Amino acid sequence: MWDYSEKVKEHFFEPRNAGAVENANAVGDVGSLSCGDALRLTLKVDPENDTIIDAGFQTFGCGSAIASSSALTEIIKGMHIDKALNVSNQDIADYLDGLPPEKMHCSVMGREALQAAVANYRGEEWSDDHEEGALVCKCFAIDEVLIEETVRANSLHTVEEVTNYTKAGGGCSACHEGIEEILARVLAEKGESFDPNAVAAELKKPSSGLTNLQRIRRIEELLEEIRPNLQRDHGDVELVEVDGKYIYVNMTGACAGCQMAATTLGGIQQHLAEGLGEFIQVLPHEELARRAAGV
Amino acid sequence: MSEGIYLDNNATTMVAPEVVEEMLPFFSEQFGNPSSMHQFGDKVGRALKKARKQVQSLLGAEHDSEIIFTSCGTESDSTAILSALKAQPERREIITTVVEHPAVLSLCEYLEKEGYSVHYLKVDKKGRLDMQAYQRLLSDNVAIVSVMWANNETGTLFPVEEMAELARSAGVMFHTDAVQAVGKVPINLKETNIDMLSLSGHKLHAPKGVGVLYLRRGVRFRPLLRGGHQERGRRAGTENAASIIGLGKACEMAEEALELEKTVVRAMRDRLEQGLLEQVSHCFVTGDPGNRLPNTCNIAFEYIEGEAILLLLNKMSIAASSGSACTSGSLEPSHVMRAMDIPFTAAHGSVRFSFSRYNSMEEVDRVIEAVPPIVEQLRKLSPYWANGGPVEEPEKAFAPTYA
Repeated sequence: MWDYSEKVKEHFFEPRNAGAVENANAVGDVGSLSCGDALRLTLKVDPENDTIIDAGFQTFGCGSAIASSSALTEIIKGMHIDKALNVSNQDIADYLDGLPPEKMHCSVMGREALQAAVANYRGEEWSDDHEEGALVCKCFAIDEVLIEETVRANSLHTVEEVTNYTKAGGGCSACHEGIEEILARVLAEKGESFDPNAVAAELKKPSSGLTNLQRIRRIEELLEEIRPNLQRDHGDVELVEVDGKYIYVNMTGACAGCQMAATTLGGIQQHLAEGLGEFIQVLPHEELARRAAGV
Repeated sequence: MSEGIYLDNNATTMVAPEVVEEMLPFFSEQFGNPSSMHQFGDKVGRALKKARKQVQSLLGAEHDSEIIFTSCGTESDSTAILSALKAQPERREIITTVVEHPAVLSLCEYLEKEGYSVHYLKVDKKGRLDMQAYQRLLSDNVAIVSVMWANNETGTLFPVEEMAELARSAGVMFHTDAVQAVGKVPINLKETNIDMLSLSGHKLHAPKGVGVLYLRRGVRFRPLLRGGHQERGRRAGTENAASIIGLGKACEMAEEALELEKTVVRAMRDRLEQGLLEQVSHCFVTGDPGNRLPNTCNIAFEYIEGEAILLLLNKMSIAASSGSACTSGSLEPSHVMRAMDIPFTAAHGSVRFSFSRYNSMEEVDRVIEAVPPIVEQLRKLSPYWANGGPVEEPEKAFAPTYA
C-alpha cells in the first residue's frame, strides 16, 4: 500500500471542488488514459480582472490523482491567472505534504491542466511540452525519457556518469540494469556499443599546489556548482570547516534528516574530490563536534 | 476472521490455525538439522518426510521423491525453466503465454536478452488460448512449454493437461505454474503428462517463504542452487523445516476441503458477482466465467479507477485488489487486462475479489452493500460520467491532451 500523507488521504476521501463549475469560461483536459489518469479542470475567470472565481475538477484516476486535483483547485481559487500559472507541480505536492515518487506525475497533471485551462481562456492552443516515460530510478524519481535525453545530450557512456548527471542509480542500485539498457540503446543509435567495463570520463583536474585560502575558495565554488541540485529538492548545504582531508558540511532544508542524506553526502564528496583532484572525506558537521569532544 | 473482510486470497491467505499449531514445535524443541545423524535431527527429518507425503497426496504425484521443497513459487518457476534450458542446450526456444505471472514473464524477457526465442501465446477477449497456434509452435527447438494452470487475476483456467499431452507427443517438456490452482481444483499429476509444476505455500493457508517444484521422475534436471545434498541435491540449502511442515499440514487440509471449494466457496463468489452485476451499471466480469477457479471474481467497473475503489473499500475494512496501473506504480494497466483487449476505461477499474473457505455469506452481503455507493461516488468525480450515465461517446466527449 502507498505511503500517502494524511493530507493526501483527506483530500481523497473528501475532495474539494469536485465536479464541473457552472458557466465555466476555461476548460483544460489533460492526462493519459493508458496510464489511468485523466483530468478535466473547469474554471470561472472574472473577465474584468482575470481572477479565478471558481474552480472544479473531474478526475479519472487513483487516490493521489484525485487528491492532487482537489489541492490544485484549492490553491488557485481567488488567484490572478498569471500568478496561478506560476503554481508548480512541486507546490501541489507540498500542499499535500508530499507524494510518493511514483505518484509525482499526478501533481504534474494538475499543473498541466491549469496551463491548458488558462490557454483555453485566452483562446490559445496549448500543447504539452514534456514527455513522460516509465520510472526507472525509484529512489530519486527519474524517468526513462530524462535519462535517455541526458545520455544523448552529454554523450554519456557509463552508469556512473548517468548517476552524476541525473542522480538516477545513486540509491539502491536496483535500476542499474535498466540504465545499462538505456545506454546500450542510445549508444547503438551512434553505432557504438555499451561497454560495461568503461570508466567514467575523467573530469578536468585543477592545477595542484593551492594555498589554504585558494583551496577553501575552490571548495566553496564546487559546492556552489551542486547547490542547484540540492535546492531543487528543497535542500541546501553549507561549508562548516576544512581540516586537512576532512571537510565538514551542514546539510540544511529538506536535506536535514532526509533518508538519502548519506547518499547525497557521498555525491558531494565525489564532486569535491574530483574538483580538487585529491582524496578528501566529506563529513556531517555533527562529526566535528564529536571529534572535538574526543569521542 | 476477526477484523475486516478479506477478499484478496489470490494475493495471499491466512495461515490456518491448525497449520500454525503444527509448526510451533519446530521453532523450539524440534530445532535439529534434518541432515544430522543424532536424534535431534532425526525427528525433524521424519516430519519432513510426512510433509512430503502430504504434498504428494494433494498433487496426486506417483512418488514422494518427485516433490522438491523450494522457497517460493517464483523459485520453482525459475528452477523449472532454467533447468530445461541447461539440460537441453541445443533447444533455444520457449513457449509461454502473454498472461503469465511476472515470475515467468520477467524471466522469459530476460532470457530473450540472453539470446533465447520466446513464443508468447495470445489470448482472446475472454482470456482463452488458441490451441491450434500452440500446436504449430511445438518443435524440436523448444526446450520447455510453461503455461499457468489458472490465471491469478481472472481465475481463468488453461487446458494444461491437454497442452501437456500435446507437448509430450512432440517430445517437449511441459511446466505449469499452478500457484493459483493447487488446493482450489482437483489435481492428479500421475494421470497427466505434466513434467514440472510450481506451487506456493502461502496461497493455500501455509506460511510465506515455502514452495514446491514437482519434478516427474525421469525428467532431465539441473539444479538452480548447488551446495548441498538436501532435496537429493536438486535444491541445496538447509530445509525451512517449520514452513515445510506447515505446508504439509496445509496440503492435507486443502485435500479435505477440496469439496468446499466447488460448493461453499463457489456459492459465495457467485452471490457476490450476481449481487454486484445487478446493483451496479456499466460493469462486467472479465476472463472466462464458464471456466475459472471457483474462488475468483474479477469485475471491471467502467469509467473509474481501481486504486481509488480499493482505498474506499479499505476505509470500510474490505480488502480486494486491482489491475489498475496506479496500484503497482507502473504506467500501464495489468498486462492480463491488456491482453484480453479490455478498453483502458474499464481495465483501470478492474477489481479482483478472491475468496477462501474462511469467508462467509454474511461478508458477501456486506460487500454487496458497500460497493455500489463507492462506485457512484467515484463516478461523480469522473469526466467520463454525467447525469447518472456515461457521457455520450465518452472517447470523443473527453479526449485529453496525452501527456
